Amino acid sequence: MKETVKKPILAVGPFHPLQEEMEFFQLTIDGEIVTDIDVRLSYNHRGIEKISESLQFDQIPFLVSRICGICSASHPTAYVNAVEELAGIKPPERALYVRTIINELERIHSHLLWVGLAGHFIGYDTVFMWAWKYREPVLDLLEEITGNRNNYGNVKVGGCREDVPNELVPKILKELDEIEKKTEMLTKAVLDDPVLHARLKGVGILSKEAAIKYAVTGPTARGSGVDIDVRRDDPYAAYGDLDWNVITQTEGDVFAKAVVRLLETFESIKMVRQALKKLPDGPVAVEVKEIPPGEAVGHAEAPRGETFHYVRSDGGNRPIRHKVRAPSYVNVPSFKASCLGQRIADVTITLAAVDPCYSCTERLAVIDQHNKVIHDGESLLRLSREKTAQMRKELGVPGLKMEDL
Amino acid sequence: MNQEELNNKLAEIKDKLTKIELKSDTRIYLYCEGENSYAVNKFLFEDVPLRFVIATGIDSDDCFEVIYHYSYDQTGCVISLKAFIRDRENPAIESIAPFLPAAEWIEREIHDILGIDFKNHPNMRRLILADDWPDGVYPMRKEVKK
Repeated sequence: MKETVKKPILAVGPFHPLQEEMEFFQLTIDGEIVTDIDVRLSYNHRGIEKISESLQFDQIPFLVSRICGICSASHPTAYVNAVEELAGIKPPERALYVRTIINELERIHSHLLWVGLAGHFIGYDTVFMWAWKYREPVLDLLEEITGNRNNYGNVKVGGCREDVPNELVPKILKELDEIEKKTEMLTKAVLDDPVLHARLKGVGILSKEAAIKYAVTGPTARGSGVDIDVRRDDPYAAYGDLDWNVITQTEGDVFAKAVVRLLETFESIKMVRQALKKLPDGPVAVEVKEIPPGEAVGHAEAPRGETFHYVRSDGGNRPIRHKVRAPSYVNVPSFKASCLGQRIADVTITLAAVDPCYSCTERLAVIDQHNKVIHDGESLLRLSREKTAQMRKELGVPGLKMEDL
Repeated sequence: MNQEELNNKLAEIKDKLTKIELKSDTRIYLYCEGENSYAVNKFLFEDVPLRFVIATGIDSDDCFEVIYHYSYDQTGCVISLKAFIRDRENPAIESIAPFLPAAEWIEREIHDILGIDFKNHPNMRRLILADDWPDGVYPMRKEVKK
């Protein structure tokens, strides 16, 4: 006889106004344990690849910077890497440095955003408040350079739209010192906290084998011991001239991914400093005339992993095909490997650990076989936070307070 | 492996390829017919081994192309394998998702937008098209207006 009892499904998603993409996860659960996962996405498919075919080569950077507000430096960078390779364009040295600075400032604010949200999910609202507060000056710097806090649209074919003015350099350096100090404090608070060790270690493990099979990139891969980083492996912009390290961890759990992101923030600060000190003089753009027929690929390391663009031209002023792959496209399916066998209380943070669009987790609902909602987003968040509180009690550690930081 | 050893390794599969094109030191394009794509992909992913990046589906004038992009991170080399599907009426190609789960989504996506059938795909449901999108209309085909 066929199984007649329907397995309970945990529905995660699909809509949330904060996300850059809508996703809908259906987790099959057995008691507290997740036994299967199914993903449905593209509720908000905007047809960027199709729109791109109707735009001119120099308009596309503005389109692709709108794929994601946070990754609005890395998408255009990957795109111009492809087009510049296709047309043999050499942007001026200074433009390469400006691109590096914008990309790394983006990484700093993106990683801090993640740390804050991850803290929120497990009941560390102090971490959330502080991380987001420290992120603000970075956005202000980006606004001062490009005119926008997000959607900078600063990278263009042949160079950059806006320069980093020389008189702004001392201010950026000063802000970086401040951000570094605050991030150091935050990192210590997170990494030395016994409750966080207990709460995040061994949770949501993505093994190295699974990481390779699911072809994940960025901190998700580096947290699982896969030592890849486009900035080092296939240097673009000015990354080849800078001295920095690729951070890897071998454990593959949520804690490892948090460590990778926190330590990477320091590497980014280091890189911006070096780039500012080495900033060559000269123009930031060259004139671009025609894009010849042909095809090329370009990639860049976004905060979440490798962003990949493929461009084909027939010699006209528009591409005939423009393929975009954002890092979450390969990182998200790895949930299938990291969520199975996990408890529901750990799913929020496991889903958040690959830094997809966490916001979907706020739309969680657990439905029993009679289609009745037994848990919604709030109660799942509460479950996750209660587990932390419980551990804190068991370990005899007082809660993290504002004045401790 | 350095770049030269990688090039030699890639040459091992050349009897299944129609062309090897070195666009630059770190950009390699391999060409093959659709029926050889499974074997070549398996070789690239398992034997070389390369990191799968993504696949691109293109409606060329007389055929469909599926371009599988791989990366060899030790040398920063991007290898793109172009598989040509000549049958425009019933375009089909062997799925690589059974041994490469990372390709599962993109094959579903290419099926949605171009109508290419990926044979033996473990889960060929719609990925990006809406549930009420009409059957048999493939938005990235040339005949569909922009």
